[in-house]
Amino acid sequence: MNINSVKLISLLFFILSAFYLYTAYQIQVFSFDEDSPFNAKTFPIYLGYAGMFFAGLKIVLPDRSPIEVDPQHLDFKKTILLVLAMIFYGATILKIGFFLSTSLFLVFAYYFLGERRWKLILLFSFPFVAIFMYLLHGLLAVYLRDPLLKYIGIMG
Amino acid sequence: MIEGILIGLKTALSFQNLLMVVIGCFAGTIIGMLPGLGPMTAIALMIPITYGFEPSTGLILMAGVYYGAVFGGSTSSILINAPGVPGTVATSFDGYPMAQQGKAGKALAIAAYSSFAGGTIAAIFLLFAAPSLSKVSLSFRSPDYFGLMILGLTAVAAFSSKGQFLKAMMMCVLGLMLASVGQDSLSDITRFTFNNMNLSDGISFVLVVMATFAMSEALTIIIKGSDPTKAAKQISLTDLGSTKLSTEEKNKMIKTIPRASVLGFIIGVLPGAGATIASFLAYGMERNFVSEEEKKKFGKGSVQGLTAPETANNAACSGAFVPLLTLGIPGSGTTAVMLGALLGFGIQPGPRLYETNPEIFWSVIMSMYIGMVVLLILNLPLIPYIARILAVPRTFLIPMILFFSVTGIYLMSFNNFDIFLMIGIAVVATILRLYDFPMPPLILAFVLGGLMEENLRRSLLISDGSWSFLWDRPLTLCIMIVIITIVGWQIYNSFFKKKL
Repeated sequence: MNINSVKLISLLFFILSAFYLYTAYQIQVFSFDEDSPFNAKTFPIYLGYAGMFFAGLKIVLPDRSPIEVDPQHLDFKKTILLVLAMIFYGATILKIGFFLSTSLFLVFAYYFLGERRWKLILLFSFPFVAIFMYLLHGLLAVYLRDPLLKYIGIMG
Repeated sequence: MIEGILIGLKTALSFQNLLMVVIGCFAGTIIGMLPGLGPMTAIALMIPITYGFEPSTGLILMAGVYYGAVFGGSTSSILINAPGVPGTVATSFDGYPMAQQGKAGKALAIAAYSSFAGGTIAAIFLLFAAPSLSKVSLSFRSPDYFGLMILGLTAVAAFSSKGQFLKAMMMCVLGLMLASVGQDSLSDITRFTFNNMNLSDGISFVLVVMATFAMSEALTIIIKGSDPTKAAKQISLTDLGSTKLSTEEKNKMIKTIPRASVLGFIIGVLPGAGATIASFLAYGMERNFVSEEEKKKFGKGSVQGLTAPETANNAACSGAFVPLLTLGIPGSGTTAVMLGALLGFGIQPGPRLYETNPEIFWSVIMSMYIGMVVLLILNLPLIPYIARILAVPRTFLIPMILFFSVTGIYLMSFNNFDIFLMIGIAVVATILRLYDFPMPPLILAFVLGGLMEENLRRSLLISDGSWSFLWDRPLTLCIMIVIITIVGWQIYNSFFKKKL
């Protein structure tokens, strides 16, 4: 049997399904519901078995059209940088507010992806976010939490 | 029915709803035009905005986005041979050669008129089919619904997986697993939350859609290092040629449109089939209908070759609303996203929708027709300008998609955890996409998860734990036979049929 990346992903899915099944059996149901034909853990148990079944078939049966992705052709650096930028964005959005965190995220993301025209970078970050916030907060009355702008007195 | 149509017209023609159709068609065209971003991404990006509106307004906006995105996909197929959505792949067969012959304007006009005609004819079919099917579906019981949901999942897995049926089924199971996180709807017992309070309400549908479509599509473009807008930079997007059609061309279109519309609508109604299969079948069917001389022009810029798939894919889009509105069961990934949005509004589509929320039922149908008119009036003259969107650099496009995704979730929950969870799901989805694991089955399963469990619960309780409910009723038995046939056929195709 040939081990390729798809089979490896299927194996991980098999393990995930097995863990899901184990957790499903651990779900505490009410005592009067224990012997009921259907309770809170019935459906998850079926799902766990279904996941193991399909993943198992994928592992065991021959792959007639295997897909191999050459890692050398993948741009991990930019992707990881973008993911980290998003995590940082997510971590700061509540603390420093929507305006600053979003604008900074956009500046970093444009830069990471290779943009070097600073006029455009700045135009499509700070003013763009300000207009977006005005449309959302000012016109559509969608609440946007921004402690920084509130502290400065720009936002109510 | 006349009363319903009038209610629908009144709702759809209100200033706010008309504005939403225009905005939806316009935004959908722009997003759909960008290669790699389809209707699902376009609708997903719109969901957080729609929650501020009335349900009918929100749904009208999303329907506009849907049609706009399909039309936008045709534009990129014709101009740069890069279909934004699979449903417009067949459009590029003859649309792109026409554009290369300096007849891009004409090709876009044919696409616009065909889309309008296909969508309009299908909207009329929908007008009659939906209420009738609603009445029939009132006799459906829980086992039938459970069977129909399994059928929907199996069909979507079979048709959207390009021969990778097992991968699609794994995605279905993953979607159902994600849907099972949180409180059990009947007993309120928490499941798979691992004592994390943020998970007790379950995973938000918008989060899953944004992560698996908008965000993971953006990450896939980056990791593959592809530039979807590269082809657009190599052609003139301002000089597209005349959009005027000759009488001969119009006559050819008039013959093709009715048959492609009927085929598209029927295929659209079938669960899992949708616009892609409809457009390919219509292309193939048209090739068999035309003369030998015309047949030779197919693939080289044939008018019928372009008209047929364009008509059929729009007709299929309308057809896909039939099972959604009448049974509450989406037949495609896109309508699954719409179902999720409707559930978010607190509305359960199904046979009762026709009676309980007639203004939603009819206004959506009416707005489809209005959307077609808007697309024709708005897009055709504006195409040379809208087409410039295709040349937006990747360096700006990707951060904007990521920004809208994160903002969408932030606006809904004001919670860091949801943002991190979305990033995590997006990273996993990106890896899965690299290895051709399809995402539409996951979304469909996620949306149907709760309903499926509910119907299984009722069926098992009624039959006292026996699985005989799967064959007790003739209707359920028929559905199960269809499911077994699809599964059997897929397994045979995947593992036993000799490679050609």
